[in-house]
Formats: sequence, C-alpha cells, structure tokens
Amino acid sequence: MITHRGLSPTRHVLANGLTVLAKETRTTPAVTIYAGFHAGTAYDPPACDGLAFFVSKTLDRGTASRTADQIAEELDSRGVTLSISVNRHAMWLVCTCLTEDFDHVLSLMGDIAMQPVFPAAEVETRRGEIVTLLRQDQDNPATVAMETLMRTLYGETHPYGRRMRGTLESVERMTRNDLQQFHARRFAPQAMSIALVGDLAPDRAVAVTESVFGGWQKAPPEDVVVNGAPPANGRRVQVLPMMNKAQADVAYGFTTIRRQDPQYYAYWLMNNILGQYALGGRLGDSIRERQGMAYYTFSSLDASLGPGPLIVRAGVSPANVERAVASIDEELAKLAAEGPTDRELAESKQYLTGSMPRTLETNAGIATFLQTAELFGLGLDYDLRQASLLGEVTLEQVHAAARAVLDPARAAVVVAGPYSGSLQ
Amino acid sequence: MGVREEFLDNGLRVLVQEEHTAPLASVWCWYRVGSKDELPGLTGISHWVEHMNFKGTTNIPREKVKGIIEQYGGYWNGYTWIDQTTYTETATRDALDHMLFIEAERMASCLYDPADVESERTVIISELQGGENDPEQLLDQELTAAAFHAHPYRHPTIGWLGDLQTMTRDDLYGYYRQHYVPNNATLVIVGDVDADDALKSAARRFGSIPGGEVSKRRRTPEPQQLGERRLTVSKEGTTAYLKVGYHAPAATDPDFFPLLVLDSVLTGAKGLNLWASFRTPPPQRSARLYQALVNTGLASAVSGGLVPTQEPFLYTLSLTATDGTSLDALESAVLEAVDLVRRQGVTEQELRKAKTQLRARFVFEQDSITNVAHQLGFFETIASWRYFLSIADRIQAVTLEDVARAAAARLTASNRVIGRFEPVSGAS
Repeated sequence: MITHRGLSPTRHVLANGLTVLAKETRTTPAVTIYAGFHAGTAYDPPACDGLAFFVSKTLDRGTASRTADQIAEELDSRGVTLSISVNRHAMWLVCTCLTEDFDHVLSLMGDIAMQPVFPAAEVETRRGEIVTLLRQDQDNPATVAMETLMRTLYGETHPYGRRMRGTLESVERMTRNDLQQFHARRFAPQAMSIALVGDLAPDRAVAVTESVFGGWQKAPPEDVVVNGAPPANGRRVQVLPMMNKAQADVAYGFTTIRRQDPQYYAYWLMNNILGQYALGGRLGDSIRERQGMAYYTFSSLDASLGPGPLIVRAGVSPANVERAVASIDEELAKLAAEGPTDRELAESKQYLTGSMPRTLETNAGIATFLQTAELFGLGLDYDLRQASLLGEVTLEQVHAAARAVLDPARAAVVVAGPYSGSLQ
Repeated sequence: MGVREEFLDNGLRVLVQEEHTAPLASVWCWYRVGSKDELPGLTGISHWVEHMNFKGTTNIPREKVKGIIEQYGGYWNGYTWIDQTTYTETATRDALDHMLFIEAERMASCLYDPADVESERTVIISELQGGENDPEQLLDQELTAAAFHAHPYRHPTIGWLGDLQTMTRDDLYGYYRQHYVPNNATLVIVGDVDADDALKSAARRFGSIPGGEVSKRRRTPEPQQLGERRLTVSKEGTTAYLKVGYHAPAATDPDFFPLLVLDSVLTGAKGLNLWASFRTPPPQRSARLYQALVNTGLASAVSGGLVPTQEPFLYTLSLTATDGTSLDALESAVLEAVDLVRRQGVTEQELRKAKTQLRARFVFEQDSITNVAHQLGFFETIASWRYFLSIADRIQAVTLEDVARAAAARLTASNRVIGRFEPVSGAS
C-alpha cells in the first residue's frame, strides 16, 4: 500500500478578500491557473435564463485596454487556451501556460476578470454562436433528456431546474447592459478563489496574484441560498420522441442532499456501488454486461451547495427502452431493500481511497481538487482525511442512503430519442 | 530519464521509462492491428476483439474481472483505431506486476465465451447507434468513405452494421489469435518504477507466450484522386455542418510536419497526443479560419484534424454553420481562405507562432505518466518510438518554403472531398 504524503497546499487570503491556493510541482515547466468566481447560473436574474452562460462566452472578448484580437494574439502566441466555463454555482477561468509566460498570462487574466467591456459587435457575434448551440442542443437526445429531467425534479424557477444556456427567447432578449450588470454584481475579490499549481513557488504565486489583483476593491456580492428541492409526488414519466435518431437516451433521477451534509460519504459510496464502480457498478453489470443493452450506463451524484441530484443514464436502442427502465427500477429497488454487501462496500472504499494519487497526478487534477475543497470548505488536509471519512461509513449508513433515495415510485424518468411508446 | 528498450525472445518489444513524479505506474500494451487490417465482411472486428478482451481469461475467471484494477485505485481502458489497438492501466506503483499479469493474460488467454460474444454484439451496435445520433460523426463517416475508393481506411473503425450483425465467435477468435502475438506487440511501462525490476517482471509474465507468424498484410494503395468529390447527408436536424477533407501525408512523410504547422496557422495547434490533445481546445482565436469564419459570424465552430497515421489519411476542416447561414456561403468562405494559403503560404510571424504553440502543447501533453507512455507506444505502432523523440526537432526545422510547398501540393481542389450535412426540417 502506498502511503500518501499529502498535498499540503498553501492558502492565503489577500487583504481585499481574494483567496489564493498554491501548490508547487515539478512534472513539467508549466503552470495551471484555475480561477473561480461565485458567478454561476444560480445567479441568473428571474426571466434571464442563460445570462451567466452568455457572460462566459463574452467575458474575454475585450477589456478597457485590450481588444478581442489583442487578447487572442497574446494567448495564442504563447500556445495558451483560456477556457471559460460555467456551472450552477461558479464561473471558471482556466488555462495552462509555460512557466516563463506565467506573469504575463496572469496579468492578462486579471484584466479580463476585472475590466471586461463586452463590445457590442462581439456580443452580437457570440449571441449567434449561442443560438446555434441551443439549436444543436434541441437535436441532441442526451441534452434534451437531461434538461427535461432537471426541470421535472426541481421546477422551472429553482436554480437547478432552469436551463443553464437559456432559451432562444431569453438569449435574443438579453442586452449588453445585462452582461455588464451581471459582471458588476458578481465579480469581486471576495467571491474569487484562484488555484496556481505547477512549476512555481507558493510565495511567488501569492506575490504575483497580489500584484495583479491586490488593488481590486469592491463591495462583497450578496450570497444566494439555494432552496431545498420540491417534494417528489409519485413517479413522473416523460417521453420525448425524436424519430430522426438511432438511439434513445434515458435520464432517470432523484433529488438528494447538499455536499456539506454529514451523510454525504454514505451517499457517495452508495452511488459508487450503484452505478460507478468498475464500469458502471450494479447498473453496468445488469444493463451492459449481463443484458448487452447499452454501450453506456452509469449513475452520478452531484451533491453541491444545494441539494443536487442522483441521476442514472443509459443509451439504448428503441426496442430496449422499456426493458432498460425496468432493469433500472429493479436494481434500485434491490439496493434500497437489501443494501450493499460487505464486499461491495469494502471494494468501493478501497477504490475511492486508492485513486487519490491518480486524482492528484496532474496540475489540472490538483487545481480542480483544491477548488472543490475550497468551495465546500473541506479544509487544506482534505486529501489526507478523505480515507477516514470514507472508512468510517457503515453498511447500515449506505443502506439508509439507498432507502432514502432509490424509490422507483418517486423517480422522474425521461426518454428522448426514436421511441414513442407508452413507458410507465 | 531515457527510454530503455528490450526484446524478449518471443519478439515482444518492451519500453520502460522511469518517472518518479507520482507514486504511480502506467502500462500500455499496443498491437499493430487496426481497422485498416480488416477484410470485407469483417469490418469492425478489431474493435469488437478489443471489447472481448475485457472478458474472462484462463486465469482470470469472468466474475473476477470486475474490480481487478480498481482494487489498486486504478483505471483501465482500451481503444481501437485505424492503425492500432491498445490497452492501458494506470494504478499505484505496487500494482505493476498485477497490471503485467492482466496484459499477458489478455495477449494469450482470452476465452471468447459464445454468450459474451452475443451480449457484446448488441453493446457494440448500441455504441454505433449512439455515434449516429451525432450529425458531425455521421458526416465524418460518410466523408471518409467517399475519400477512399480502395484503401481500407475507408470503413469506420466501429464497422458497418451489416457486418456487426453477422460476424461469428469463430471470426473474432481467429482474428484474435492471428494478431495477438508478442512479436506484433509493444509493451510500454512508465512511472515510479525501477527499470530493471520492470523488465524482469515483464519477462516473467510474457516470456512463456510463444511468438507467432506476423503475416504481411496486403493493402491496396489509394489511387490518386482525379477531381474534387462531393457528398451530401440529408437528414432531419437543426444545424448544418460542413467538412472538407484533403488527402494527407503519412506521419513519416516529409510533408507531415509542414502540414501540421499549416494546420496550426489555420485552426490552432492541437498537439499530437490522441489520448490527451482533444481534452484542451487549441489556441485558435487568432488563427486564420477562426478569424475568417467564426469572427465573421458564418460558423459557430471550426476545427482542423491532422493525425499521425501509418499510411496517408486525411487532413480535415470541420465547421458548424451558424443558425441562418447557408452552406454555400460557408463553403465559399472556407475555400477562399484555404486557396489564399495554397497560393501564398504563411508568413514568418505565423510560422513562429505555430512553432511556439506546438512546443507549448508538447509540454502540456506530457503532464502524466499515462500520456508519456501513450506517446511512445502510439508512435511505435505507426512509425517508431524514436521517431516520436525526434518530433520537436522536426517541427523546429520546418521552413516557410516547406509550408508553402506542402500547401501548394495538398490543398488543391482535385485533392479534396467536400461533405455537407444538410438538415431537413422535421414533419412535426
């Protein structure tokens, strides 16, 4: 057994409230910059679905001192790709650069985060790209199934039920002013954390961040509390025929708990046993290995700042939709009724604990890990504590988690694809 | 930290590289067999064989397969493409001998239980149908088939549905026995290991597997294309896609790296790691085609594809038309930009930027032992691992004249295939 010595990252909060997370590694002469803002889609104002996403597509298209082309040239000429992505709670600005380019790239990233101007022409071009993305989504059974499932589980107005990319109507309606307002409201040092991982000493990481962001002063953004999920009243089944497709996507789910809930580790293990361990857990055994019905099937648990979902997914031929959903029902009911075996629990614990060195192998892996720990307040020694947090979970706790969630009679089930039958 | 190369008596090539950055080891076992080696009636067999090689073996009963590497916190996978089939495990370093045991079993002792063959048939058909849900993948398949009349690069690695429905257990097992021999394989070990120990372990696990006959495979070279080819996929959908494919040089052709530089100028540098490169999009906003097509609002996305292959394959440009843009408008804009570079080549500044981008991407894609090991084995299956080590120098040596020559020779109308996905609006 390999003893994991621990990441021991540096965490430093600047006077203006910005959090710096740093870890030095020597694998490659490169640095990964992973900056996060509490500016996810959960902060979209009412009737402005897709605003955060629109901001993510336009934030780096011009600043007070640089045009979009100048930004592009400065990044491209160093081989750097800046990726801006958004999820329910955060917007992420991520890139990897050569060590020699770090100071310049961080300074450019600071300009983008603090001084974007959202040029009118850029806003129109990117609006056209987003409309095209939305049209592509309408033709993608997996996306259609997932969006419908989330709306069914959480409702139209809950931050987890709304469309992250917005609608054709909301995207057409949003203005440059909306983008500027969102940035003014949500981007502030107190709502920012930056992980710097790679060929860079931690004290330099802090010093360069201070020099770029230290002078940034703003009032702290207000926090948004994500409400609980609405109760599940019975089984809700929706069939969305897309007869031009070859395969149907099944999305089947429940609402669960928050990441900070003490039961989280029992839920995590329950999900691993159900639909993750060794190519899809029990679901993979049944639907892929034994019945040969699907190339992919798995479950995922997304406990977050709000009570996130547990979702089962599968891609099956139209003739197998009913059999696949019946098999999911059966596996869930069985795990809820009987709980996992001692052996399953031991194997999942061993796997999740043993995979830590792989999780922390690359700079991007470490940066993601540090930001997750920061977002959920897991502590700087979380990599060392995780094994005992998992180790302490009992068979009965995992069984209780399965009983609490996996009830087919309260599931939301969505099928999108070349199927128009009457699934129950 | 150099590469150690040794051959076992049975012909197995073993490459070991020590990397002590994390307490991990990565094993890749590569076979020189891919979908270009398939005969009519058996398309998709290489990939299906790969799937079967995750079932039971003589010494790993079917029910013991699940969790066999996960118990070491590890990960395993495999893939099949036109030139190669490969299997990988990455886990804690104490699992090295166990990983080698799994790969030795996979090479010589897979069972091909008839019930497993039948259950996997429908899994693979599901994989094929999942791919068909994606209009871009469908267009790519049709364009590749149109580009090659004679060479087996023409058929998709997943295979044609009719062959997947009729292939038998004996077809699969025979193909497995024919190609899975040590002298057709390369074993790569990279990580926190002692090279001597790793080589001893490899010899112990693989040494008793007999070498086999590696038959010379006959392949029809693709005759020169005589004029532009065009095809259209008309299908219900929401979005129009355009794909332009040019017959491209093989990895070892002197034109390959000039064309790679040219692709960086047109669409941004991707790097050359099939396993890692696609995870980070290329730096492309200042690239010519992004400027000409995306920033003008004609396309919502553009990408270039030039992958190192053993024999001449394709250089592709893939575009998504923005909602409301006609494929005609998009096609004339992309062809105009390509024609400009064909006539005039690239500038000194563009050449410099492309080289910087490629250098940076090579650094970034060496960030894990899994990626390092992948590159050695991948290049060994299409050229040689030593060729991989020479790539950085080959790119730096590319001149403006090299790029201009490659562009003039390759980016001609008669060397290209134009594919369109034209969405037909649905009845409802």
